[in-house]
Amino acid sequence: MAQHTSEQIEKVITDSLVSFGANAEDVNRDAELTALDIDSLDLAELSQIIEEQFGVELSGADVAEITTVGDAIDLVAERA
Amino acid sequence: MVDVVVTGIGAVTPLGVGAGVLHERWSQGICGIADGEGRCRDFEPTDHLSVKEARRADRFTQFALVASIEALASAGWDGELPYEPTRVGSIIGTGIGGIGTIEANDLAMFEQGAKHVSPLAVPLMMGNAAAAAVSMRHGLRGVCFGTVSACSSGADAIGTAIHSIRAGETLAVVTGGAEAALTPLSRAAFSALDALSKTGISRPFDARRDGFVMGEGGGVLVLENGDAARARGARILAVARGYGATADAHHLTAPDPGGGGAAAAIARALEDSGIAPADLVYVNAHGTSTPLNDRAETVALKAALGERAMQIPVSSTKSAIGHLLGAAGAVEAIATILALRAQVIPPTLGWAEPEEGLDLDYVPDHARPLELADGERPLAISNSFGFGGHNAVLCLEAI
Repeated sequence: MAQHTSEQIEKVITDSLVSFGANAEDVNRDAELTALDIDSLDLAELSQIIEEQFGVELSGADVAEITTVGDAIDLVAERA
Repeated sequence: MVDVVVTGIGAVTPLGVGAGVLHERWSQGICGIADGEGRCRDFEPTDHLSVKEARRADRFTQFALVASIEALASAGWDGELPYEPTRVGSIIGTGIGGIGTIEANDLAMFEQGAKHVSPLAVPLMMGNAAAAAVSMRHGLRGVCFGTVSACSSGADAIGTAIHSIRAGETLAVVTGGAEAALTPLSRAAFSALDALSKTGISRPFDARRDGFVMGEGGGVLVLENGDAARARGARILAVARGYGATADAHHLTAPDPGGGGAAAAIARALEDSGIAPADLVYVNAHGTSTPLNDRAETVALKAALGERAMQIPVSSTKSAIGHLLGAAGAVEAIATILALRAQVIPPTLGWAEPEEGLDLDYVPDHARPLELADGERPLAISNSFGFGGHNAVLCLEAI
């Protein structure tokens, strides 16, 4: 499908994490979600935003595989 | 018996953020009601909470959190609990809980579909959310729950905290109430009941009163076991002398016009405190400005206090901030403590026209000094009554 560029996906994910309370300057591809204080409730919200924006449904198992911001971007880019 | 003392207070009300401004502004005759509602206009959650904390909390929980931060600071807890954490409780009442969250998610569901309901909806709307958030914020690991008894929720939370400390279950409890129900559904629902003032004026006990004015906010107190508090050298603001609670078993919304349940709760609070009506120097009334409440409360005060009811000042905080529903009992307990400590009785704002039978000293116009006669102590009761027939009365003594 590739209707969405990796940059678009990165922006949506980064903006979401910042809106959840992560420090904007700490959010980069290599940042670990736990270090950004992103927890299971944040990931549930992020999954909802990703589905709305990109039509990609993430299962609980998918989300469990995500460790870094980059993991999340790549997973969505793969399926978008 | 174990005595229970108040060592910390905090409030967010339509008169501002902070317990101090509640007493100061009310005593100056300032009314926090605008456009028929008591909104906390000065309140900006992220001035006090992190972005994450703020968005993980419905507005009612935000009020409780911010009030708790002030209360713990005023108790001198300074980021460290003075007791083993499992002996410190969190009991916070609310009438409704996160109704703003419920309404926003309900709208999202009907307009956009079920998948647009937020994962945060449940943890924000639940009625125990404020108690849980206060526990988490401060690391309180003892008993933790909400109390739900409509407009007596805040007073019942404090009463329950008194019992927990007396029973030895806890050494301290962070307790109070919070409400944020200035929402479209809540307004419509209270209007449908014909409970809200059509003029938008809160004038308790006045002949022209025509319903309550809804307000929002939160009040939190730190209660401690008296011996434990003295041992740590705490500054003691007041003694929570006693608590009395009864039910009318009369009607879902209307008070018993004979005031029997309310009078029994007042009598029980005095008995629990070991004092007589003659020992009281002030009544902080429930005083909602509804035709039925203010009449039934006056009848109840006369029945419970006899002659003394005619001799002491009776004023209503709701004249200055409106009706804070599940937060009212806690905010008004704080207002009572501050009035007794300052020995200044704030007025029932807007009271001008007497009604037959409503003939207590409602403290019209201006605050007045509280003169204590020889041997008198600064002892007062704070009344709270709720839909469902709940009556909760706290007896407080300033130190």
